[in-house]
Amino acid sequence: MNLALSEEQEILKEAARNFLEEKCPKSFVKQMEQDEKGYSPELWEEMANLGWTGLAFPEKYGGSGMTFLDLCVLLEEMGRACLPAPFSSTVVLGALPILNAGREEQREQYLPMIASGKAIFSLALMEPELEYEPKAIAVEATPDGDAYVINGCKLFVPYANVADYLLCVARTSKREEGITIFTVDAKSPGVKYTVLKTMAYDKLCEVLFDHIRVPKEAILGQLDQGWPEVQKIVERGDIAKCCELVGNFQWTLEDTTAYAKERKQFDRPIGSFQAIQHYCADMATYVEGARLSAYQAAWMISESLPCAKEIAVAKSWINEVSPLIFNLAHQIHGAMGLTMEHDLHFYTTRAKPVEFSYGGDNYYQEAIAKEMGLA
Amino acid sequence: MEFTFTEEQTRFRKEIRDFLEEEIKQGLWKPSCDAWIQGYNPEFTKRVAQKHWIGLTWPKEYGGQGRSFVDRFILAEEMLRYGAPAACHWFADRQIGGSILKYGSEEQKREFLPKIIRGEMYVGLGMSETEAGSDLASLRTMAVEDGNDYIINGQKTWTSGAWFMNHIYLLARTDTTVPKHRGISEFIIPINLPGISRIPMIDVTGTEAWNDIFFDNVRVPKKYMIGEKNRGFYHVMEQLAYERSGFVRLMGNYALFDALIKFVNETKRNGKTLSQDTVIRHKLVQLQVEFEVGRLLMYKVALVMDEGQAPTVGAAMSKAYATAFEQRLANTAMEILGPYGLLWAGSKYAPFGGMAAHSYLGSKGYSLQAGTTEIMKNIVATRGLGLPTS
Ligand SMILES: Cc1cc2nc3c(=O)[nH]c(=O)nc-3n(C[C@H](O)[C@H](O)[C@H](O)COP(=O)(O)OP(=O)(O)OC[C@H]3O[C@@H](n4cnc5c(N)ncnc54)[C@H](O)[C@@H]3O)c2cc1C
Repeated sequence: MNLALSEEQEILKEAARNFLEEKCPKSFVKQMEQDEKGYSPELWEEMANLGWTGLAFPEKYGGSGMTFLDLCVLLEEMGRACLPAPFSSTVVLGALPILNAGREEQREQYLPMIASGKAIFSLALMEPELEYEPKAIAVEATPDGDAYVINGCKLFVPYANVADYLLCVARTSKREEGITIFTVDAKSPGVKYTVLKTMAYDKLCEVLFDHIRVPKEAILGQLDQGWPEVQKIVERGDIAKCCELVGNFQWTLEDTTAYAKERKQFDRPIGSFQAIQHYCADMATYVEGARLSAYQAAWMISESLPCAKEIAVAKSWINEVSPLIFNLAHQIHGAMGLTMEHDLHFYTTRAKPVEFSYGGDNYYQEAIAKEMGLA
Repeated sequence: MEFTFTEEQTRFRKEIRDFLEEEIKQGLWKPSCDAWIQGYNPEFTKRVAQKHWIGLTWPKEYGGQGRSFVDRFILAEEMLRYGAPAACHWFADRQIGGSILKYGSEEQKREFLPKIIRGEMYVGLGMSETEAGSDLASLRTMAVEDGNDYIINGQKTWTSGAWFMNHIYLLARTDTTVPKHRGISEFIIPINLPGISRIPMIDVTGTEAWNDIFFDNVRVPKKYMIGEKNRGFYHVMEQLAYERSGFVRLMGNYALFDALIKFVNETKRNGKTLSQDTVIRHKLVQLQVEFEVGRLLMYKVALVMDEGQAPTVGAAMSKAYATAFEQRLANTAMEILGPYGLLWAGSKYAPFGGMAAHSYLGSKGYSLQAGTTEIMKNIVATRGLGLPTS
């Protein structure tokens, strides 16, 4: 057992923190909230030049050959900075599935593009029904000669507004499990998106596929057998988000304790009041649990170890404590925490959507029930 | 990072499990809650000693195994998983041995450690007094020098398991002229010295959990003082970090968790097993999530110990967290069992020998013993997060 980051990971973490402190101050985060794209192409290029977009794929595809765990270390810093960018959607939801399930020519086609910052990806999975089961997928891809034609509506697709490609999860058979993943050119005329206004300004979109014709070469993985890969995408995506959130939580804890040390009432720092101290101690415990459980799962994914339970534990724990952490953080900040002058609101709003991405609570509940031997 | 155990540790875990399962199979004892603190079983302690599982982390020169704290936590985790009756040696193994190693003289190490390791020395903890609970430093029991001895007078309370302990670790005041933290010393003494008497205290479950211990002009040779005179309070603060740490804070009533899962899988109501009831299922899954997080907090503490540090903040955090988990577990068991959960052992209707009633009440002490939850959170806030005290 060893719960510490390696020396290289510490270096990566520090470099990422320094870079983001400089390039992604809160003024930038705020500016991006009103930006149509919701990210800065210049910053994106810089991040690609640092090797971040290709961090976790082999060198032969233009990557740096680092691990999923390394990627999570980077994501934690992005969470800490509230970085507005289609990073996890491109890398975790787009690139890793291609690396994992794609044919060699698909990898050669897309991964170098992503590594060099030339392509933005996203995943079109959820539908208005919000069920995480294959039977709930209604977007259909019907065969037409050597091609498929996709029709239907996807919801909460991150950064579809700027995506070059979408991985679209579609029904290809009447059988419940008959699901296939397609790579779709997001710029083709029949793909229509609308940006949904959310509390986190995170460019979640509605995407309509209107008779989108894709060649059968666009299939990622096996025809009709895409669901297991979807599950992997969801699980990796969730753990990536959990690690991002660990960075968010860590900032929130540090900010809150610092505030408790500075803010004075009754001639003493509020942090000397025991009620406030215990709130802080509770926050620290929630964050520690989040960090340990998220990194446990990230490490196991990285090592290709079976970890259905560990993923479920991390996601369930984080969903449970995230609202508690923010209740306490706001309570300790008083009214100041609710203003736009103080930075806490960036974190409160960025944390909430993670609870809903990407697998539902039921999905994880059953993973744990199975592991603990519940009949 | 590495969240898994070495092959050797996995083998070790298996060896412990095999040993404990065999013991249960032979009917030597039954799994129960709180067995680490109330399970008096000298023969079991002897058999554990023969496996060389007492003093696992202590240096070989004193008869220990020189192994890591992670190994020791694996051992503790398994002992607790099976609710094994380890009370005779638990305190000595967990904290007293370590304290002697750190502060004791060479002579004391040679005298005490092998006895603990052989499973012959059972040490009760004589810290608390009626007026000194959380504020331990205000204790009043006196030790006055007299030639080669100290003469002890006073009273200890809440001494767990004192009826079967053959030694007592004692904190007493050795200087009344200095601030209260600076006038306390530590002793380890046989419990049968002339002038020591005790009266049992029965807890809310009906168990003789504690004793009041009285010291009436008890003459104690100086060689039984551990460490430097008047430094005892500082030593015990460190010792308490070891007392607070570890799986006893997470798995004190694990036997109940195990029994509960079997129960919901086997019990049918309205044509389906209780495990299929969505509310029950959700509650149990939630407990499992909280348990798994607690487990990570514990192993993190073990790693701090392996770096040679007293795990002050981690121990406080994990104790406050994990004892709250144990209390939720006990309450969830009551919710699921309904009125059956109220039954004591002995009733033909009592599920798993009345364990739920026992644990529901007994677990109220978890957030008090070894430092209350409030004190734990004070430590996390001030020592861990650096919040000011005034
Ligand atoms: C099952 C069990 C076994 C025990 N075994 C032993 C043993 O073997 N040996 C031994 O020496 N002792 C033992 N104890 C005693 C234990 O150490 C004390 O109960 C504990 O230290 C608390 O002291 P107290 O009970 O006097 O409560 P008090 O200290 O009077 O506390 C009462 C309440 O006030 C709160 N409080 C006190 N001070 C503060 C503060 N500064 N800030 C906020 N809140 C505060 C406490 O948190 C608690 O909620 C045992 C106790 C139990 C329940």
